[in-house]
Amino acid sequence: MGMGSDMYRQQILDHYRNPRNYGELPDPTFSHAGENPSCGDEIRVDVTLNDDGVIERVSFTGDGCAISQAAASMLTSELVGLTVDELDALDRDDVLDLLGVDVTPMRVKCAVLAEKVAQDGARVHRGEAAVDRTTTE
Amino acid sequence: MATHEQTSPLDVEALRAEFPVLERRVGGDVTSPGEGEDDDQPLVYLDNAATSQTPRAVVESMSDYYYSYNANVHRGIHHLSQEASVAYEEAHDRVAEFIGAEGREEIVFVKNATEAENLVAYAWGLSELGPGDKVVLTQMEHHASLVTWQQIAKQTGAEVEYLRVTEDGYLDMDHAREAIDESTEMVSFVHVSNALGTINPAAELADLAHEVGAYVFVDGAQSVPTRPLDVGEIDCDFLAFSGHKMCGPTGIGVLYGKEAILEEMDPYLYGGEMIRSVDYEDSTWEELPWKFEAGTPPIAEAVGLHAACDYLDDIGLERVQDHEEMLAGYAYDRLTEFDDVTVYGPPGDDRGALVGFNLDGVHAHDLSSICNDYAVAIRAGDHCTQPLHDTLGAAASARASFYLYNTREEVDALVEAVDDARQLFA
Ligand SMILES: Cc1ncc(COP(=O)(O)O)c(C=O)c1O
Repeated sequence: MGMGSDMYRQQILDHYRNPRNYGELPDPTFSHAGENPSCGDEIRVDVTLNDDGVIERVSFTGDGCAISQAAASMLTSELVGLTVDELDALDRDDVLDLLGVDVTPMRVKCAVLAEKVAQDGARVHRGEAAVDRTTTE
Repeated sequence: MATHEQTSPLDVEALRAEFPVLERRVGGDVTSPGEGEDDDQPLVYLDNAATSQTPRAVVESMSDYYYSYNANVHRGIHHLSQEASVAYEEAHDRVAEFIGAEGREEIVFVKNATEAENLVAYAWGLSELGPGDKVVLTQMEHHASLVTWQQIAKQTGAEVEYLRVTEDGYLDMDHAREAIDESTEMVSFVHVSNALGTINPAAELADLAHEVGAYVFVDGAQSVPTRPLDVGEIDCDFLAFSGHKMCGPTGIGVLYGKEAILEEMDPYLYGGEMIRSVDYEDSTWEELPWKFEAGTPPIAEAVGLHAACDYLDDIGLERVQDHEEMLAGYAYDRLTEFDDVTVYGPPGDDRGALVGFNLDGVHAHDLSSICNDYAVAIRAGDHCTQPLHDTLGAAASARASFYLYNTREEVDALVEAVDDARQLFA
């Protein structure tokens, strides 16, 4: 038996096997996609905002390694109720805290993919950026 | 189940003692290089197809150069410069002997195998290829050759045809006989595939190419380090390989080219060291191989590569090959015992020193991370063969690759880690 694999605690494996908020929203305010070329991970995030610019619903679809998909599942569970500014203010440590494990440096790109996709999506929506597809390389 | 030689022709314990890094423990902080506090697991290094480890004799030859005769080559008549120049030139002779070339004229030192591909693509391909010409590659090419010829073909209007890979990981030789035709100017192929482990029939492909008057470029990055290779026997026109995959240093690679062909080719880089005479209007070129070695070359690395050739020849490449193929066969047998593991490429008793594989439902990067928890170093990704991975229907694969210092126990450690990943993700 192994070392109990630090990066793959049960919580992460659970989110990987049973992703929360998985799927597409019918009428998203914005949706955005991106990839992490090093693992070939792909994430698309759909977001619905209410009239006050507060995130009302979030979902994602994607494919890739356990870290990227579990991070997307965990992150999307935290976004409802945040304003777009609050989303924008998130950084990689927030995602790493959610994952609750030490992610090795080469895998940080997997962990932050969903976060960067959601943030770029919001920026494009507000006309602050013109990112076709997000990438974490 | 195939059976493989159970015993190695090598005294692996004695060989391992020559590689200090193999005594390393890992597992702790990776942000500062070298062994640290929490590094508590013995390293199992199975990423040799990416880069091999370096024996003392090679490192010492290079420190000897820096400590006792470091100087620029070809430019000075002072004592150190002469010593360095002689050592640098003799490294060409040694490499020529290592691969059975005629002499130093046929050995160009470059940065790596990738640069060797580019040198020929630019210095020959750009001027010789055009619309109606064909470059034949294989579906299992490394990006080093695939991207290079693809782009040169785009620039010149030449066509590229990729030889198919069969279900069981072999080159489709019927397709080769059909595709290599009168319009073919270059056949460039990987000798031992770094993703599938396939050993391609180099001499047979060279024959097909020469029958239609095409040149043959062999990507020897995985074959030169792992088996006896003689350019005369294959009768290739060009061969590329890298020092860092054959117990040598990074920063040096080799382009072998037949003298008569290199003679006809124009330089690829201009500058010092490669000229015979210069005036404000024009210049003439040095003799081979210096014509292709512009600027200050990798002198210490050439000295190290010389030592690596000595090191490998002292052991004997037949024995290196036997040892590695025994390990690859053993790894193949053990991994294929798992129903949920797919191993790519030919059967275990007919492959180079590596196994590429995937575990159902587990991304190769996750698998590699879990192996890393066992201090087992394997590579995961597309291994610079993205189009091949598309044909395999896998975005990525895991790859364990072996060298002369690996053991069966290390294969067992790999299998245990893979089994742990199976259970974790089950
Ligand atoms: C088959 C093959 N060709 C070419 C290369 C390129 O070697 P390098 O990166 O040293 O140029 C490699 C190694 O990565 C390889 O495995």
